[in-house]
Amino acid sequence: MTSALQPGRSAPRRAGQAVFIVAALVLVLASFASLDLQWTGLFSSAGLAAMGRFGAEFFPPAREPHFLHALAGAAGETLAMSALGTLLAAAAAALLCVPLARVGGGGAAARVVRWLFNLLRAIPELVWASLLLVSAGLGPMAGTLALALHTSGVLGRLFGEAIENAPPGPALALRLQGVGTVQVLLYATVPQISPQLLSYVLYRWENNIRAATVLGVVGAGGLGQMLAFHLALFQMGRTASVLAAMLVLVLIVDLASYLARRAMTR
Amino acid sequence: MAGPVAPLAAGMRLDLEAVTLRRPGASGGRRPILDGVTLRVAPGEQLAIVGPSGCGKSSLLLAAALAQRPDAGSVRLDGSEAWAAAPRRRQQLRRALFLAPQAPPLPPRQRVVTAVLAGRLPMLGLWRSLSSLIYPDDIAGAQQALAAFGLGERLFDRVDRLSGGERQRVGLARALVAPARLWLIDEPLAALDPVRAVAVLDELCAQARQRGITLVVSLHQAELAQARFGRIVGLRDGAIAFDAAPAALHEGQWRDLYAGDEPPAMPAPAPALPPPIPAMCR
Amino acid sequence: MTLPRAVAGVRAAGGVGAARRDPAWRGRLLWLALAALLLWPALRAAEFTPWTLLDARSLRVSAGYLASFVPPDLRAPFLAEVAQATWRTVAIATSGISLALLLAVPLALLACASLSISRLGGRMAPLPFVLRQAARGTMALLRTVPELVWALLFVRVVGLGPTAGVLAIALTYGGMLGKVYAEILESADGQAARVLLINGATRLQALAYGLLPAARAELGSYTVYRWECAIRSSVVLGFVGAGGLGQRMDESIKALAGGEMATMLMVFVALVAAADRLSAWLRRELP
Repeated sequence: MTSALQPGRSAPRRAGQAVFIVAALVLVLASFASLDLQWTGLFSSAGLAAMGRFGAEFFPPAREPHFLHALAGAAGETLAMSALGTLLAAAAAALLCVPLARVGGGGAAARVVRWLFNLLRAIPELVWASLLLVSAGLGPMAGTLALALHTSGVLGRLFGEAIENAPPGPALALRLQGVGTVQVLLYATVPQISPQLLSYVLYRWENNIRAATVLGVVGAGGLGQMLAFHLALFQMGRTASVLAAMLVLVLIVDLASYLARRAMTR
Repeated sequence: MAGPVAPLAAGMRLDLEAVTLRRPGASGGRRPILDGVTLRVAPGEQLAIVGPSGCGKSSLLLAAALAQRPDAGSVRLDGSEAWAAAPRRRQQLRRALFLAPQAPPLPPRQRVVTAVLAGRLPMLGLWRSLSSLIYPDDIAGAQQALAAFGLGERLFDRVDRLSGGERQRVGLARALVAPARLWLIDEPLAALDPVRAVAVLDELCAQARQRGITLVVSLHQAELAQARFGRIVGLRDGAIAFDAAPAALHEGQWRDLYAGDEPPAMPAPAPALPPPIPAMCR
Repeated sequence: MTLPRAVAGVRAAGGVGAARRDPAWRGRLLWLALAALLLWPALRAAEFTPWTLLDARSLRVSAGYLASFVPPDLRAPFLAEVAQATWRTVAIATSGISLALLLAVPLALLACASLSISRLGGRMAPLPFVLRQAARGTMALLRTVPELVWALLFVRVVGLGPTAGVLAIALTYGGMLGKVYAEILESADGQAARVLLINGATRLQALAYGLLPAARAELGSYTVYRWECAIRSSVVLGFVGAGGLGQRMDESIKALAGGEMATMLMVFVALVAAADRLSAWLRRELP
């Protein structure tokens, strides 16, 4: 946006930039000062040696068959959590977006829906999971619902924008025939934006598999729960295996999502 | 299928009374898009609207289709004042009319069969509409409608695999399955070659006549309008220049209509026409 | 349609045959079956039994839980605690991003091909190429490990408290910022930098005078956006003991103190909204 030479850059603008830089520096310094970080402990020779020892304990990663079996089960749980959570979120977002597609913007219902999406989005998955543990109990159901709630907000906003920006011709023609909002959505708007909607869902699945792996740390099942468990017992070898499984799972889902998106654009 | 023809007087009556449509955000000086247009169309009547580009043909059809509330004047369908009525009544009236815009309003990735059957939505409930997405509701009806315009074989192709002319014909096929009693067709022949254009126009008029549907078509091809329609309305700068049978019109009226625009495709030679001056007919 | 009509229509028609079946039907049925086949084990694996939420006992528990959120806890000492925790969260995020910059800038410069001297004459020489790929790989590794996992590991090493959170944010965001910085620098017009390098300028000079002027706005805007994300991360990291608002929230949830939770959720949403507004304003006003 800016070019290398910009004569006539207004003085107020430059003053504003200077103020911002000063304010940012003040914030940074205040942050470090107020936190009382343990630099010495970390970067002293003793600290570094401790970290080195800690790192070495990860090898070799555990490979006993019964442990690997449990690992596979947990990975399946995590995968299922992420997929179901994303699917539920897509369905919920699609339903809630109907008021947004009404002629004239949808009025009060649309405002409520937008507010709801913002609320769902604002609260991170982990916080949702912690909140839901009371009702849903420990285990992957809390994780699935947490993912579904948060992702509904994200997808709801993305779907809403896609609907608003869709070319209006086909929808207008049907509305002039007196066709209702839902039918107009199904026959005119969604057919135009369906690849976009699907790619949003796939992109959120990629995000959710990462989120799902860590939700277990608060008790929502899957690989995260295994990680927290073995870490608490200082079983570093098993922890390393769990971490490896997490990485592999993320790679698999990323690959699946990429292939799906490639298939769509063919 | 041999059988009786559809009963006449099934068509809608259309009355535009001093309809004025101003440009959005326009201040005093500029001419409105439609300026005091009065037009009465009897049920089952067929008429063509002609005029230079930008004279308001599309806007007239949009006004008749209840797309935009006129700034002045009234639009009456079957005698009911559409904009004074309750929204529910207006929706009822809308379900009985069909507007085919100049650019076919078809989602590119949709299949032709679904695009055509979308015309039936006004009479389908929510559940039928949903199930029709999974398995199309009335394939036979869609095929008949498409065959009328020569596209019977393209039933299951995607809309974006069709040429511009084919897409335009699909848009017209939608009219044949719609539960409408008034057809408002905006420049249906724009993307078609001359031979095909004649055939399509003939088919459209024949279908409308057989079902007794009121037909209002806007055309750029003045000669076709003269040849095929019993009533022609000339529009210029948003106002009606003439409204009569083709036999009652003389050359001077045609010339005045298109004055300043490119010379229209006219059968009679126009010897003393000035060279076409690109004019702003807005 | 009458027979004469059909015959006349042949002039334009493409032939009317018997009504056909939808050829896409079989494919759709197959997909539907596949989806159902995958759905069932997924529901089992995720132990997805939402109806259990609706049985009498569970409803009572949920109702009691929800009821405890109202009224939100607004006593002064608690609000002071929340304010301090909020500041700590912002401080953790800011410190984390600052350290991330220390990591991201050198990695991005290493990875950015626009500053490659060896590439000026054609293909890049092998050693610089390997270095660039190594830088890219490091950043990818830093990004892929979830920050919560980093935080968990650091808590083991340095103990509970903000240090673990700051380090976790520094590593993860260092990878993220580095990758995007490299991309921004590479997508900027490299002509000026190339000319400077050809004329013998050092890489840093080429960067400062050739690339930065054009890329500065985008770099700044992305950094501010990531700072805002870091605030959210910092709250999440608090749940594993990294201090700040998140840790306080975790304590309240475990104590089933609904009123405290309600207050903190509202504060959190307000904090995120304020950061979002500030970041949008900065991105608009500064470049």
